[in-house]
This record gives sequence, C-alpha cells and structure tokens, in this order.
Amino acid sequence: MTAIDVQITQRPSTGRPDGMDTYPGQQPRMGFFTDTSVCIGCKACEVACKEWNHVPEDGLLLTGMSYDNSVGLGADTWRHVAFIEQQRPVSVPDGDAGADGVTASDGAGGSDGAEDAAGSGADGGLRWLMSSDVCKHCTHAACLDVCPTGALMRTEFGTVVVQQDVCNGCGYCIPACPYGVIDQRKEDGRAWKCTLCYDRLGAGMEPACAKACPTESIQFGPLDELRERAATRLDVLHEAGETTARLYGDDPGDGVGGDGAFFLLLDEPEVYGLPPDPVVTTRDLPSMWRHAGAAAATLAALATASFAAGVLGERLGLGGRR
Amino acid sequence: MNRHGANGQGLHGKRPDRDAVPGEGQRAKDRGPAGDGRAGSVGRRLGRGRRGEQPMVPEAEFTSYYGKPVLKPPVWEARDIAGYFFLGGLAGGSSLLAAGADLTGRPGLSRAAKTGALGAIGLSLVALVHDLGRPARFINMMRVLKVTSPMSVGTWLLSGYAPAAGVAAATALTGRLPRLGTLATTGAAVLGPAVAAYTAALVADTAVPAWHDGYREMPFVFTGSGAMAAGGLGLLAAPSGESGPARNLALAGQVMEMLAFERMTRRMGMVAEPYHTGRGGGYVRAGQVLGALGATGAALSGTPAVPAGRARRIVAAASGAALMGASIATRWGVFHAGLASARDPRYTVVPQRQRLNERESAKVKPPSSPPEQLPVVPPA
Repeated sequence: MTAIDVQITQRPSTGRPDGMDTYPGQQPRMGFFTDTSVCIGCKACEVACKEWNHVPEDGLLLTGMSYDNSVGLGADTWRHVAFIEQQRPVSVPDGDAGADGVTASDGAGGSDGAEDAAGSGADGGLRWLMSSDVCKHCTHAACLDVCPTGALMRTEFGTVVVQQDVCNGCGYCIPACPYGVIDQRKEDGRAWKCTLCYDRLGAGMEPACAKACPTESIQFGPLDELRERAATRLDVLHEAGETTARLYGDDPGDGVGGDGAFFLLLDEPEVYGLPPDPVVTTRDLPSMWRHAGAAAATLAALATASFAAGVLGERLGLGGRR
Repeated sequence: MNRHGANGQGLHGKRPDRDAVPGEGQRAKDRGPAGDGRAGSVGRRLGRGRRGEQPMVPEAEFTSYYGKPVLKPPVWEARDIAGYFFLGGLAGGSSLLAAGADLTGRPGLSRAAKTGALGAIGLSLVALVHDLGRPARFINMMRVLKVTSPMSVGTWLLSGYAPAAGVAAATALTGRLPRLGTLATTGAAVLGPAVAAYTAALVADTAVPAWHDGYREMPFVFTGSGAMAAGGLGLLAAPSGESGPARNLALAGQVMEMLAFERMTRRMGMVAEPYHTGRGGGYVRAGQVLGALGATGAALSGTPAVPAGRARRIVAAASGAALMGASIATRWGVFHAGLASARDPRYTVVPQRQRLNERESAKVKPPSSPPEQLPVVPPA
C-alpha cells in the first residue's frame, strides 16, 4: 500500500468583489445585463425562452396593462416584458430620428437630448418604458439557501438552477425569493424558473433570450465585463441628459450580494415591479436560530416551572390532588 | 374575470391576479390626488423610536407595477401548513408535559400527553407530505442536511422526534418495555421544544414581510402557542386531580403568546397591518378572545370558585378546548397575515423605499431634495 499524498492548499483568491466561491479553473461567472433603454417591447425574448425551454402556455388574455399580457415572472414565464406608460417630459420624442442619438451607445446625441427635453416638456409627451425581467441569479440566493432537498444548485457559471429530477415541490423557495421570481407549476407540483439556459451555456452558446433580442437590450457575458459595459452605458445616458437612468442589481454590496442578471432602468425599480432594496432573507438566519433557541429554552423552563408550581402547591395543600 | 371576455383558462389553467383591469394599477384608496396614479405617501412613519435625524427622511412614496405583488405568496395550504404549526406546537409541548408527569407521578396526565403528542405528530407528517407538490418524492428531503434551510433542519428534527414520541406513547399505553419508554419520553421531551420553535424560523426565513419582520418574536409566539395548546389538551384529557401542571403551562403559554405577539406587531409598524385586518386579523382576534376565555376558565377551575367534581371537570375541559382553539386561531392568523402581506406590494415596497431613503439621507447632509416626481399615467 502506498500512501496517497493529499495536499490541501489554500484556494487561490480571485479577489471577486461579490465573494462568490471560487476554485481553480473556474468558469467566469456569467450573467445578463438588460439595458432597458433600448428595449422595444418586441417580446422576442419571451417567445425564444418559451420555445427553447419548452415552457408551457400559461394563459392567453388581454390584461389592459399596456402591451403586457404575461403579467409577471412565474413558473411558466421566465422572461417577462414590462410596459409602463408615463405622462412626463421625455428627452427624446417618440418617432423622432434623433432618438437614435441618445439610445444608441455612440453618445453623440447629448445636445439633442437637452433640446428635446425642453421641447416635449411643454406638451407633456408620453414616455413608454419597456423592460425584460428575468431571474436575477443572486450572489446570495434565498431560494437556493432554503431549498431542503438540494434541488436548487449553483452551477459552474455562477447561475442558480433547479434540478427538476430532485425537486419535490415543497414550495419553500417561492416565498423566499425577494423578487417573486420562482413559482410552482400547478399541474406539475415542482418549482420552475429561468435556468439562464444552462444547457446552451454548456454547449458554448448564449441563452435563447439574448440570442433573440434584436436590439441587444439583453446582453449576455462574463459578469465582470457586463458590469464595465453597464457603467459605460450609464455614463453615456447621463451625459445625454437621461438623468433618471440607473443601474439595478449591479452592486455586489447590496442585500443579495449583487445580481447575476442586472438592469439599466429609467425609473425607480418599483415602477417596473422590482423591489427597491431586496435583502436575502437568510442574512438574518443566524439571529432567527438564536431567537428560536431561546424560545425553545423558555418553553422548557415554563414546563419545568409548571410542574414545580404543581408540586409546591401540593406541599402547601393548595388545590392538591385527591 | 377580465372585461375583454378572453379568459386565461388556457391549457394550464389560470393564474391568480392575472385579470388586471386597466386603471387598477394602484388601489383607489392609495392613489394620489388628481389620479396621477402615484400612490399617496404613506401617512405613518416607519421605524419610529429612533434618533434625531429621522424627521429629515422624506416619507416613502409608494409606486407599483399595476398593483401587482412583488413577491410570490406561498403556495402552501392553510390546512396543511398552519395546521402543522399548531400540531407541531401541541406535540412539542405535550412531550414536555409527559416527561414532567412521569417524573412527578401523574400517570393519567402522562398517558394523555403522550397519546396527544403521537397523534399530533402523526397528523403533522401526513399534512407535510400531503402539501408537497410531489408527495412521492418526500424522501428527497433526506438527501441533505442544510442549516440554511429551517425546513431541512425540521425534517431531521422530526425524524428523531416522531419515533421517540411514538415509542413513548406505545410503551405508556401497553405498559411494556418501561425502560425504553423512559428513554423515549426523555428523548421526546428534549426534542419537543425544538419542534415547537423551529417552525417560527421556517416562516421567518422567507421574504414575506409579515413573517420575516417578526423573526425575533415569532418563536416566542409559536412556543407560547404550543404551550397553550399542550396545556389545553392536558386540561381536556387528563384526570382533574393531575391536571395542575397542564393548567399552569397553558396559562403561562397564553400569556407568553399574547405578550410576544403584542411586541411583534408593535415593532413591525405598517407591516403589522395584515395581523389586524382581513382574514388574518379575524383569526388573530378569534384567538385572543378564545385565549382570554380559556385562560379565565382554566384559572377558575383551579380555585374553589368552581366546585370540585363534575362541574370542575366540565369547566376544565371546556377551557382546555378553548385554549387549543386559541392556538389554532393564532396559527391561522399568522398564516393568512403572511399571505396578505405578500400579495400587497405596499408591504414589500414601502419599508424598502423607507430604508433606502434613510440610507440616502444618512449619506448626504443636509438631505438633497426628494427625487423628482414622475407622474404615472394609469392606462386608459
């Protein structure tokens, strides 16, 4: 018998700001950057996702919520395009060729934007916001933390995926998600959500939604690169006078440690149905366990005291046993 | 259904809340003046009781996407899951009573408590498996033990506790293997409080505002409620000569539940609203009334005010039943309040927006002017 020489060495730190676990030879963390400023609401992402992933039909109805008829993310809607109509001064009038100046990333439209803002402010233009929502693939994913079967897992791409052959439909991940993404497929019993096209990624392809997006509103790539690209894009928009543009989910210091799928929004997150300051629920779990432990100890103490009082009462002849 | 006549019952049925009606984006009573669609600011300040800079924080504005919930409410059935919270508390508390009864020579109370614990935990397991989307895959729970998942911890807890409670009851009822019975009774009494308490961590470890925000007090509400239920069962089922400790436990539990609940809802601010309104509020109030009645009856049944004998027996049993009913009502109240808080985006958005505003104003002093108002046009 020869001894097997096992060497345990410190994992090389990649210095990742999001604190994601790393290992040698790891894939870069992949994600989405959804730039809603160039979304045209074509819903190609919704369709491509459904087709590629065999996501079942989940209702065909007109909601009256602008052009949004899929309402929100769910077990059978893994990409959802939100439509918001706003009465407000817009920096770019609809249908103006100059619109390209601001919305394209060349940044040449800065001065145009300012003029337009003045022009359309008077007659109160209609601003139509569109945004393709998706699972955020959180750095600290509550769904993954609370899953009691280990069906939810972190892939080598840093994404969060449900293993459908393991999920037993306990439903715990559903209220755990701070974004309301994952849901139960009623007729199936299991929980479903975006997989960031795990199968396509494994084959070196980009996810179906990003592939189908005609305006590159949905961009797929290594997260570090996407974050840089997003910061540049934000600067361009700010320079162009689109002051309400902001990034959402890009900050590794936020309550979920940053999102693997983050967004450039043109208004506050809640306008798009996104939580303004989501926090992974398990952040407070150590404290929850401490409080539960204290409560359990209190219960045991109350029971002990109940018997002690009973025995004492008997000794003193108060309400003693017959 | 929606007024376009098209309905959502496609191949896979409907999804709740899909049938939004134009203009219902924000509920009418929350809509700001001139129908600008932006909800009026929330009148009540959140997180009160803190220090001086607080008043400089602008009130949180409430906006939502057509009034749709941000979160997905749990898909659990009240009968299964709220029922399990009650039964788990009943079982855990009963195991403590059983061990105490054995130690102090109260065989009648011991038998009642052990039988109750076994019955409750047996029903619990049925409810838990029934609530799974794929009940046949229950066993997948045993693939892993995850401390980050209270449900996983609870599964392992129950797989230790349930056999112990079963053996304790079986030996008590048959009178065989007394040593094994003592061991099992002790084991069940050690695990019992954990069984009663962990379910509070389970509900709190979600994004549901009315559950998560109460994570400090919820375990005390749950164990108090469990003590009340177990004591109630003792009063109901044990001979009156032996039920003194059960009465004490029930009273202590009722007081603890009440105080913890009060403290929880006070601290939670606007997120506590679902505990006072709607279905959740109804159950909570029913629980409070039943708890007060049961506690009064239970206390009286231990004094000469109620004549010993049949009358005392009846009062004790009725009080016990009321206390168990109170525990059930509280669990249902907590369950439904959680659902309501997840369904209304206000409870998700307003506290988070308030938190952001506080952070902003802490960064910039004096605080910058509030963000530009962006009026939203309600469609049509």
